[in-house]
Amino acid sequence: MGAHEEHHILSYGKLAAVLAGLLALTLVTIGVSYVDLGFWNVPVALTIASTKVTLVLLFFMHLKYEGKAITWSFIATIFFLAIMITFTFWDVAFR
Amino acid sequence: MSTRVDSTGIKLGMWIFLYSEIILFGGLFVLYAIYFYDYAGYFAEGGKELSRFFGSLNTIVLLISSFTVAASITAIQQGKKKMSIGLLIFSICCGCIFLVNKYFEWGAKFHHDIYPNSERLVNGEPGINIFFGLYYVITGLHGLHVIIGMTLLSISLVLVIRDKITQERFAMLDNSGLYWHLVDLIWIFVFPLFYLVL
Amino acid sequence: MSESISFFNTPSPAHLKGMKAWLLTHDHKRLALMYMWAVLFWFSLGMIIGLLVRTELMTQGKTIVGADVYNAMFTLHGVIMIFLFIIPAIPAIFGNFFLPIQIGADDVFFPRLNLFSWYLYMFGGLLAVISLVTGQGFADTGWTFYVPFSVTTERNVSLTVSAAFILGMSSMLTGLNFVTTVHRMRDKAMGWMQIPLFTWSLYATAWVQILATPVISITLVLVVFERVFSIGLFDPDKGGDPILYQHLFWMYSHPAVYIMILPGMGVISEIIPVFSRKAIFGYKAIAGSSMAIAIAGSLVWAHHMYTSGMSDVSVFIFSLLTFLVAIPSAVKVFSWVSTMYKGSIEMNPALLLSLMFIYLFTVGGLTGLVLGAAGTDIHVHDTYFVVAHFHFVMFGGTGFAFFAALHYWWPKMFGIMYDFKKAYVGAVCACVGFLFHYVPMFILGLQGMPRRYYDYLPQYESGNFSAGLGGYLMVFGVFLMFYNLFMSFKKRTPASVNPWGGTTLEWSVPSPPPMENFVEPPHVKDYPYDFSEIVAESQKVKGKE
Repeated sequence: MGAHEEHHILSYGKLAAVLAGLLALTLVTIGVSYVDLGFWNVPVALTIASTKVTLVLLFFMHLKYEGKAITWSFIATIFFLAIMITFTFWDVAFR
Repeated sequence: MSTRVDSTGIKLGMWIFLYSEIILFGGLFVLYAIYFYDYAGYFAEGGKELSRFFGSLNTIVLLISSFTVAASITAIQQGKKKMSIGLLIFSICCGCIFLVNKYFEWGAKFHHDIYPNSERLVNGEPGINIFFGLYYVITGLHGLHVIIGMTLLSISLVLVIRDKITQERFAMLDNSGLYWHLVDLIWIFVFPLFYLVL
Repeated sequence: MSESISFFNTPSPAHLKGMKAWLLTHDHKRLALMYMWAVLFWFSLGMIIGLLVRTELMTQGKTIVGADVYNAMFTLHGVIMIFLFIIPAIPAIFGNFFLPIQIGADDVFFPRLNLFSWYLYMFGGLLAVISLVTGQGFADTGWTFYVPFSVTTERNVSLTVSAAFILGMSSMLTGLNFVTTVHRMRDKAMGWMQIPLFTWSLYATAWVQILATPVISITLVLVVFERVFSIGLFDPDKGGDPILYQHLFWMYSHPAVYIMILPGMGVISEIIPVFSRKAIFGYKAIAGSSMAIAIAGSLVWAHHMYTSGMSDVSVFIFSLLTFLVAIPSAVKVFSWVSTMYKGSIEMNPALLLSLMFIYLFTVGGLTGLVLGAAGTDIHVHDTYFVVAHFHFVMFGGTGFAFFAALHYWWPKMFGIMYDFKKAYVGAVCACVGFLFHYVPMFILGLQGMPRRYYDYLPQYESGNFSAGLGGYLMVFGVFLMFYNLFMSFKKRTPASVNPWGGTTLEWSVPSPPPMENFVEPPHVKDYPYDFSEIVAESQKVKGKE
């Protein structure tokens, strides 16, 4: 309930560094897609995508600098999404 | 009524709205996950028909626009109005480029008789039909969100120009930015799931 | 406190007059009342349609309507009762009115969004009406809109699901508003463990509204897409899987059951301690169980699908998880009963309705376990047993909690008192009628009568006939309660600030409350259900006599 309204200002440099990271990861994921890793194709692609998403969330969306309420509710949302997908597989995978 | 401006609260409200958007797309990703499990081979085949060039280009365009939106917030926080306006206009242009690319991409698919209920899909393999069905639904809905995001950014742009969004009061720009990043987030997953499936 | 001007006489924003002062208001109390009239309208309509459905079923063969109309009627009854009554009823009316007051705030966090939600609600209702009279008529799919029928039927499904989509959005935005309000606008002195239990239940509900509603939104959008573009995502001929529709549908619609019941439980948690003059038993357990129900309720959706052809593994897992939900629900029931134990109970229409709630909800909850266990469910799946079960929970539970809330907060909302005698008679008629209405359905279900059928075998006639009679008594009781409440506008017996001896903050402000709720800064108690002052006060009065 802090009344102090302090905004964290991210410098252009930091934002640009994040962008560079994102572009690099994009190139990596495109590059990797030409290599057939068998089973690992999907996990690798999703791991890279998740890393990119995390970067966007933490820096572009300032999640790193938000209070507990936003952080935890965000985690709860992702948790619910994970349940939606995994619990459905209990049906589909064992049919 | 007290003239409170609780920007933390406004931001919390916006985040909650974003959760609902995440779950909205989440429902589609549930379908994707299940059908990918059922039709992995066909999904790979379908993915090869999509243009990696356009997909990659759009990814890069969206990433850059996300950066410029974030930078425009930094600019307004530092009181650099002109800089902020320039960055916002650039971001909106990126959104336009994305949509134009998408238009050509969809147009090419239509040209090859690949669209919902087209003869090629109905008479072809079911797995391919599902892949393109999901492709159209997810990228279509994403495209709609790009348009909404651009609208929000345009409103913010006008407000910045009219000095309604200032160094002290920029919640609207902040929230439009958050929405735009969400559009980016979803695309970051859509890109490998449709364009890079092996 | 008589010098304060009630919110009825203070438009917000200040420059508005007449109808505009209502239609463009930002005041949470005015919006709550606007919701109330709309919800009462839809509820009455839904109840009459339900009664017509039961009348049709009272005798074999055609009684009053044909099979086509019958299909549209039970769908309409379901859509109205679910999307237009039971989901918005308690949060949108009593939540809007009392959540800000209970936490010492002057309004919700986003007042204009609140107004927007009301318009979405009205627009959704309007769309439902339009879909009734245009095209091929109202959907005949049942409120579940199951594929493939919802995709192939000629009826106006697209418009009906659009209405549901918009109503879902309205409910989601209300939830967003409540969560933000509870986080950001609580009185500085109020910690999480000083929040009244009604607000706690709304907070838990709000999270379910936020996280579950988008799933139904996308599902309904897909139904429209399927109808317009024939993509085939749920069509086996084109590679789709119809069971996935059911997964997506229940991913929302099971948590939605808790959107419906949790606020009702919150109401009961307020009423029981007040009329027992005793601190609620297990405050933390009740607050915690609200959150536990919200979480556990999101894990059990596929227990609606045991006979759909999904895998045995998931039948087993979802059956097991379903039993988990019973635990927090039971925690609440035991806490309410323990609160009354050795309390100094004062009978009141609101308390009577709450006791009916506890009884009916318990029956509904326990029969839910019969359905949650896969073995017995397969026997009674899609029979009248299911119909009776969810009406016990939804109507016997939430419906009666809604009536209890009306009687509990009516004096606060309007500053006037109603007649007790008629309220008691109405409540008893409604409850007795309820039992005659739904208990036969349990028996019919066990005997194997399927739900949603237009006609039935001769052996089911007596059960259906008595259910119909009970229905008439129940509807009479409900309308008597409403009539009695409306008559209070005529008599205008003034109600005091705290007619029941409540301890939460809404009982410290004038009835009806002034514009920004509080005349003087709210005084937050260390413990929201501390009755020591109320009891001391009443003993002083008794001593003088």
